Amino acid sequence: MSEAQTLEVEVTSIEQVTPLIKHFKLRPVSGDAMPAFSGGSHIVVVMRTPARVYRNPYSLLSPPHSLDSYEIGVRRMEESRGGSHFMHDRVGVGTRLEIAHPVNLFALDKIARKHVLIAGGIGITPFMAHLEDLHEGRVPYELHYSVRGREHAAFLPRILERTGERVRMYYDSEGQSIDFDGLLSNQPLGTHVYVCGPAGLIDKVAATARAWGWPDSHIHWEQFSAPPVGDAFEVFLARSKVTVHVPPDQSLLESIEAQGVEVPYLCRGGVCGFCQTRVLELDGELIHNDHFLSDADKAKSNTIMPCVSRARCKSLVLDL
Amino acid sequence: MSAVFKPDETFRNDFTFRNSPEAIRRFPLPFVEDQYMYSVNIEPHMPGAKGSVVEFAFDVDEHYVAECRERAMVLDAEPLRYQALPHMMSAQWDCLELIMESLARDYPAHFSLAKRANRWHWINQPLGIDQEFTFGDPATLPREPLDFITRQAQGDFVVMDQRDGDLWAEAGMVTTPADWSLDFDIGMTFKEWHGPVPLAHEIGVFDRALKYLLNLRLGQPVRRLNWTMTVNPRLDTSPENYPKWGPDRATVTRQNAGDLVHLRVELQGLWRLPRSNAVLFGIRCYLISVRELATIPKWARRVHRALKGLHPALVDYKGLTRYRDTVVEWLAPFDDGSPTTPGAAPD
Repeated sequence: MSEAQTLEVEVTSIEQVTPLIKHFKLRPVSGDAMPAFSGGSHIVVVMRTPARVYRNPYSLLSPPHSLDSYEIGVRRMEESRGGSHFMHDRVGVGTRLEIAHPVNLFALDKIARKHVLIAGGIGITPFMAHLEDLHEGRVPYELHYSVRGREHAAFLPRILERTGERVRMYYDSEGQSIDFDGLLSNQPLGTHVYVCGPAGLIDKVAATARAWGWPDSHIHWEQFSAPPVGDAFEVFLARSKVTVHVPPDQSLLESIEAQGVEVPYLCRGGVCGFCQTRVLELDGELIHNDHFLSDADKAKSNTIMPCVSRARCKSLVLDL
Repeated sequence: MSAVFKPDETFRNDFTFRNSPEAIRRFPLPFVEDQYMYSVNIEPHMPGAKGSVVEFAFDVDEHYVAECRERAMVLDAEPLRYQALPHMMSAQWDCLELIMESLARDYPAHFSLAKRANRWHWINQPLGIDQEFTFGDPATLPREPLDFITRQAQGDFVVMDQRDGDLWAEAGMVTTPADWSLDFDIGMTFKEWHGPVPLAHEIGVFDRALKYLLNLRLGQPVRRLNWTMTVNPRLDTSPENYPKWGPDRATVTRQNAGDLVHLRVELQGLWRLPRSNAVLFGIRCYLISVRELATIPKWARRVHRALKGLHPALVDYKGLTRYRDTVVEWLAPFDDGSPTTPGAAPD
């Protein structure tokens, strides 16, 4: 599969919902309805600037049954390479953007007996769409939503309207934190847990659940790593016969795309494994930042996820 | 292709099914070269050449009315040929929407779909169906959505839920199977379901296919061809009815092979479904007698060579053991040894 088909959309409203998060509504320029999607899906937003093209994944937070527009929430990242700053500073009502069709890497399990949802900060966004589906269904669920302080609780009014008493809030500033052992040690069989948020939260939930004997199939998480910054390096693409310079603030995938070489991708966040690329030669080391390869595979240094991973090397040759 | 339907042809008892010359020329021959071996032969299911079987998402051909009647007969006798597990309801609506929208868009002379918000009005002229219903409310249809719409479509359908890094066959309509059973396979994972296929597991075909399908994108369906052979133009070669068709394989002779033996080709399509994130697997069956095939000189040579060189494990798995040699002999006079042009299209 090659480059995803994109859809041209127009920003129809922007709301600053917390000091760091903006809420965008996007409508198709064609006037048609948006493609139907399932809760947990993300889109990739393509931002074209004169200097470079950003492609960032954002979860859809709008109700799946409401297809007039898509809604996303964008947190301004402190160490942004530019994508979130572009969305915050350069995009206004009326701005046109391109988006790729939705992809779901964080669906609810349809045969679960109960769902436990755990969100940290901007990690609330995929659950917003899930709540719409859960609201209609008969499967019990609970939502645990942890934020820095009351002013950071994005979308809380809408959540309360949907979930009523099934949401529990945790405010860091008031010394509140999730009791992971209490939460995960006493759930009925057939419960699935879903976590989205900072890496520390995901690791804590996964480790606690495993320690209490949860099977991996019942532990779900989604974290789109922003491609980390790093030292510049050079890579040679063996099939395209092109040398690509990867600057510190651009990902390997973005740098390859900037040379006009297409790499198939889905999540652009080190989750799905779709852009996995063979390493043909390496003099140096790979810096694996993905969540897809096992530690054993990472140690072999014969494959890389160019969307988030980098290298510290004298030379690197990829099968592209 | 705006087909002229042949509503009276049969796929059982007197077997009056035949292909018109136009249907023969558009037959999807799966042999792109003179040897055949498995491959992950998946390609985008994009609209193909005008008049071809892949011109549209779902092909409606001259056998449409007769195939729908055959399906109804199978379901009357064996209702479990249609099944859907309870968590597949949103996927059922996705399937109904995909098939109705495709047929109405691609065959406006035969089908129409009008929507006013969630109130839908579906008209199927060839089958005489006029149904108003509320999208999303199963109580407004005479049957479950998947049952309702797949009774009006050619080919079998399986809907796979995606969870735990796998695809689970959890709903379907299967009345034209090449010796497999939905009732037996329902609830299985992708590899369990394909367990009986020889060789392919060992060469990693299913690992690659599963990985590919887990990442199947919305709006970017894919397709592939598969094939076997069937004695008589019988659509329902199910394990449930093995006693009815199994013995047919002992009736093939050098004299009757051209008329009795049919190449059976499956045009398999795979679609990501939007609301359920499930995957629809369509298995559209095309039948052609060896005599009909041989009316195209290139195909006579091609099929003769592909069958002659077929791997013994595939001969057994496809159930051809008893009569493969007889068909090869029947085709031999059509093969003068001259080369075939690349690809499957007739010269």
